[in-house]
Amino acid sequence: MINGKKLFVSASPHVRSKSTTQSIMLDVIIAMIPALISSVVFFGIRALLVTLVSVVACVFFEWAVRKFILKKSNTVADLSAVVTGMLLAFNLPSSIPFWMVIVGDLFAIVIVKQCFGGIGQNFVNPAIAGRIFMLLSFSDAMSKWPLPGQGIAEFDAATGATPLVSLAKNEALPSFADMVIGNRGGSLGETCIIALVIGGIYLVARKVIKPTIPLAFIGTVAVVMLIAGKGDLEYAAYQLLSGGLFLGAIFMATDYTTSPLTSKGKVIFGIGCGLFTCLIRLFGSLPEGVSYSIILMNVLCPLIERATTPKPFGTPKKEKKAKEEAKA
Amino acid sequence: MAEKKSLGYEFSKGIIKENPVLRLVLGTCPTLATSVSVTNSIGMGIAATLVLMCSNVVISLLRKVIPSKIRIPAYIVVIASFVTIVQMLVKAFVPALNDALGVYLPLIVVNCIILGRAEAFAGKNSVPASFLDGLGMGIGFTVALVIMATIRETIGSGTFMDGISSLTAVVAPNATWNGFHFWETPVAILTMAPGGFLVFGFVMAAANKLAESKGKPAAQLNGCQGCPMAHSCAIANTEASCDAKAKEEEKEASES
Repeated sequence: MINGKKLFVSASPHVRSKSTTQSIMLDVIIAMIPALISSVVFFGIRALLVTLVSVVACVFFEWAVRKFILKKSNTVADLSAVVTGMLLAFNLPSSIPFWMVIVGDLFAIVIVKQCFGGIGQNFVNPAIAGRIFMLLSFSDAMSKWPLPGQGIAEFDAATGATPLVSLAKNEALPSFADMVIGNRGGSLGETCIIALVIGGIYLVARKVIKPTIPLAFIGTVAVVMLIAGKGDLEYAAYQLLSGGLFLGAIFMATDYTTSPLTSKGKVIFGIGCGLFTCLIRLFGSLPEGVSYSIILMNVLCPLIERATTPKPFGTPKKEKKAKEEAKA
Repeated sequence: MAEKKSLGYEFSKGIIKENPVLRLVLGTCPTLATSVSVTNSIGMGIAATLVLMCSNVVISLLRKVIPSKIRIPAYIVVIASFVTIVQMLVKAFVPALNDALGVYLPLIVVNCIILGRAEAFAGKNSVPASFLDGLGMGIGFTVALVIMATIRETIGSGTFMDGISSLTAVVAPNATWNGFHFWETPVAILTMAPGGFLVFGFVMAAANKLAESKGKPAAQLNGCQGCPMAHSCAIANTEASCDAKAKEEEKEASES
């Protein structure tokens, strides 16, 4: 670092940046605020309560595990637990009982994140793992989707199918405008596409994420669904706008720890996510496949990285090298 | 095997010190598959213990007759006969258990606890010692199964000892108590395969922690110790052996 007059000679890193884990996580939290507001608008104050419970539980578990069980330095201040809590809450229906949210948080933070070494070491995205854990455990409560505008009371009376289920069964669908604004059944944070895209643009503008994975992910789903719908634009558009595709592509597939570092790897990762999502939606028994597809690609991430490691400048091509060795 | 151990030790070692599931890491497949409910695991444990005791005794009796080159097929014939008998008994007296255990009951034939004890113990020890070893190992297997099943059933199904009357009917036909039912919305994932692995991991971690507090090494998945094939293994005690590999890995880990 050059400090006015003196030249310091020091060990690397020489290029320093002001961004820390905390500032990046804060950016992600800011990017999720629009979606949070939209969820409160459509699903009432309980959406906010579910999010709050989830965040508080995640932060508490992160703090408690590191303090009492692992006895390691505490990482609560890096806000990553807050992000996990918000993301997990965004994947839940607003009618979910609070204790189930807490069990999901326990799994996400303690088992998926801290048992594998904490931030930067988790092998899959904790929020998605928590969601899948809850989906398999509480399948009833996790597939009751309250319709928007039903207020705080009478949740059980106000559940309905999400557009994806309606799409699969050829039932009546909400209008396009409602789909984009988010006025439809679904989990808390996934419905308002506009809010999610605003968050995504903010993250790209702040250089927190690169747009590669979301574009590859959503693009692949668009192409496959166009083919599957035999060129029916409306069908493909509904497939894109329904379910957790935008939420998953923008906020969850781009998790640093579980997505490839290389650009080529990011493209492969995004396309893989898209393909698996389409396969599960079209041929699987489940209506939604975004979370499973992301978790599958999370596990493949180390292999993708190994396959796409860039060559250092100046190294000869493999074939040439092999031939030269064969000659010699 | 060099020093002679007391018969009491041969019996008690299988329960905690050398628990086949948690310390020797044998029989993982039936453990994961049948620890869904306490009733199933008690049934499975009793069936496996019976086979283990009988096969250990017979193999120990025949240990000087069986040629060492074909000992594995010979052991399997002995074990399979007892498994067939046990399966017939279960089908006749506890048909509900037969349905619940399904393929895992006949699969006791290739249960690696039983093959492992035949190879590592019964094939070279006296009849009383082998009998007690089989009984102790069988009880150890049952204890591990019941510990896991208790966790998985109470949290995963919200019941405890559900369907136990099918087992108690053998001794007390009029018993109607059928276990506790206390939870309507359980964490169902624990009764599925991923939950099995999860609970297994945690119970194993607890067992290792317990062993560590008593100054014993943690259970090893690699290495020749605990491997029933160690004495006849072609690569044991060479550079390519599992022990050497494990040591190398440890060395690397400590260096880095």
